Amino acid sequence: MSELVHPLHRFIRPSVTSTTNCPGCGNGIVAQAILRAIDELSMDLDDFIFVSGIGCSAWIPSPFFNADVLHTTHGRPIAFGLGIKMGLPEKKVMVISGDGDLAAIGGNHLIHNARRNVEMIVVCLNNSIYGMTGGQAAPTTPMGLKTTTTPYGTFENPFDIAHLVMAAGASFVSRWTTYHPRQITTTLKKAIQKKGFSFLEVITQCPVQFGKKTGSGSSVQMLREYKEKAISVKEAAKLSEEELQERIVVGELVNKEKPEMVEEIMKMKAKAYGVKE
Amino acid sequence: MKGKRVQTGKYFMMGNTACAEGAIAAGCELAAGYPITPATEIANRLAERLPQVGGVFLQMEDEISSIAAIIGASWTGKKVMTATSGPGISLMLENIGFAVGVETPCVIVNVQRGAPTTGMPTAGVAGDMVQAKRGSHGDYEIIALCPSSPQEMFDHTVLAFNYAEKYRTPVFILSDAFVGHMREEVVIPDPDQIEAVYRKIPEPGTDPQKIKGFLDEDVAPMPIFGRGFKAHVTSSCHDEYGKRNLSDLSALDHFVRMLSNKILKHQHEIIQVEKNYQDAEVVLVSYGAVSRAVSMAAMRAKEEGLPVGTLRIITAWPFPEEEIESMAKKAKKVIVLENNLGQLYPYIKAAAAHYADVYFLPPRVLGEIHDPENILKKIREVIP
Repeated sequence: MSELVHPLHRFIRPSVTSTTNCPGCGNGIVAQAILRAIDELSMDLDDFIFVSGIGCSAWIPSPFFNADVLHTTHGRPIAFGLGIKMGLPEKKVMVISGDGDLAAIGGNHLIHNARRNVEMIVVCLNNSIYGMTGGQAAPTTPMGLKTTTTPYGTFENPFDIAHLVMAAGASFVSRWTTYHPRQITTTLKKAIQKKGFSFLEVITQCPVQFGKKTGSGSSVQMLREYKEKAISVKEAAKLSEEELQERIVVGELVNKEKPEMVEEIMKMKAKAYGVKE
Repeated sequence: MKGKRVQTGKYFMMGNTACAEGAIAAGCELAAGYPITPATEIANRLAERLPQVGGVFLQMEDEISSIAAIIGASWTGKKVMTATSGPGISLMLENIGFAVGVETPCVIVNVQRGAPTTGMPTAGVAGDMVQAKRGSHGDYEIIALCPSSPQEMFDHTVLAFNYAEKYRTPVFILSDAFVGHMREEVVIPDPDQIEAVYRKIPEPGTDPQKIKGFLDEDVAPMPIFGRGFKAHVTSSCHDEYGKRNLSDLSALDHFVRMLSNKILKHQHEIIQVEKNYQDAEVVLVSYGAVSRAVSMAAMRAKEEGLPVGTLRIITAWPFPEEEIESMAKKAKKVIVLENNLGQLYPYIKAAAAHYADVYFLPPRVLGEIHDPENILKKIREVIP
């Protein structure tokens, strides 16, 4: 009998034999959706440099992906990624990290690189909580929710990360949930080929720190909730802001052409050399 | 001259400008930074000159991203630098530790200013001497050079790039507002007179699983990105292959010791001091801008027939302990002169006090240049 091997197994670092993800975590769904996108584009992991920060989702590329991976300090992967892109403009730089890493401690780098519109793919796994440290409130935690650092309920308004990145000027912004793995793959295929800052927010379940503590339940219950709450951009356009409050708007939020920074730097260098464009 | 990496010639040049020219002459391809007094002229010059030689200067959103971007670029094989002052270094410290932990060549220039906190930006105070060594959390070694003239801003920057490449480590230039803003003669040599060191990288085509890219006391080849080395680079505790280990304390011990030993084992190749204390009974120990006033005072003292010599520290880190010790064995009195409240003084005292009496002399007012007369007064006071 021949050995059964997962079709994407070749993308996994040979020295990795186990996962650190909790049972029911959304990381696996997203990891697989990312690898599928790369596979379906007939690309190789060597075409990419993966960068991650601190938090559970940062452990997706580090160490699982058999590629060049830079696992950085908390909040800074996009800033490290910018330097990598400058050094290897022909490679695809993909940042994979969480909502706390990218939108709390690293919020400044997120908005500024969206503004710069540097060619880069940023996948933000938004589980609305700090999972690794034991369920503290994040800037994405819904108002009123009890967490370990908000035992009487949060008293802060949450971020809409995708809208933040849109407002900052990214040329491609999309949002899906872990209920939509095929859509994630399709979107990522576009994001990878986009000349500009491509941002994908994935609403994902943390059954251990979020589900248990907030009463959202198991992984399956949370996925079911995503299915019920999800509404397409097109359908959402017909509803009022109030009607959308409990919904998750999914799909392509922005896909536009605008000057991309690496290309602009090439033009600047030509000027400095004294070469006519 | 436009477009030439090495601007060979004799100039009347500002220290900060010389620093930028030194970086480009050493092969710097990417710099990132954030405007700050009194270091901004370095960024200005790099922004103008780097694109002329095919490089780029990125003005970032803050100093945290500046150091992050250069570390990222260094992992693509580029020679990189950033320049800032104390407040910027304070913001960079976490990522400086990262650069140490994953063994990333990079040059960090600190044109020190009046501190603590926002302090006095245009005042030259060497207040960040220990921060460079101990500012980031945990035990680690660092290399730091202390230029005392615009010429040394050029020379030390070239040397800093070479140390960074050779030992795969961040290297500090600990300048200050005096030296950074000073204008003086700077001679830029011919390109073939400038040594340029490049980091070792693994042989192309090496099986990624067999690459020992980290934690070698004799400096592991750097598995830079984009070459198919499939490098797993994490600042978390890891082994020679880059594999993370967060449970085994002996792995942590190995991680910390190997990183430190990489510098300490080679300290004799790194450490530089300038000695001029033959037959001296009183030795003046200083570095950076202060050493200029010190050499003036020593000259006058000798004219008076006083047995005075000098020792100038060029590499503050690794600390030149043996050099201080052997000097103290010959001297009777050691006067340490710094433009701060005594930052290297405890280290110098620890190495010298067993053999000689050790005194400390700051300027009368912090941020002021030491008055040679004042130094002479101290010499007469302590002389046996």
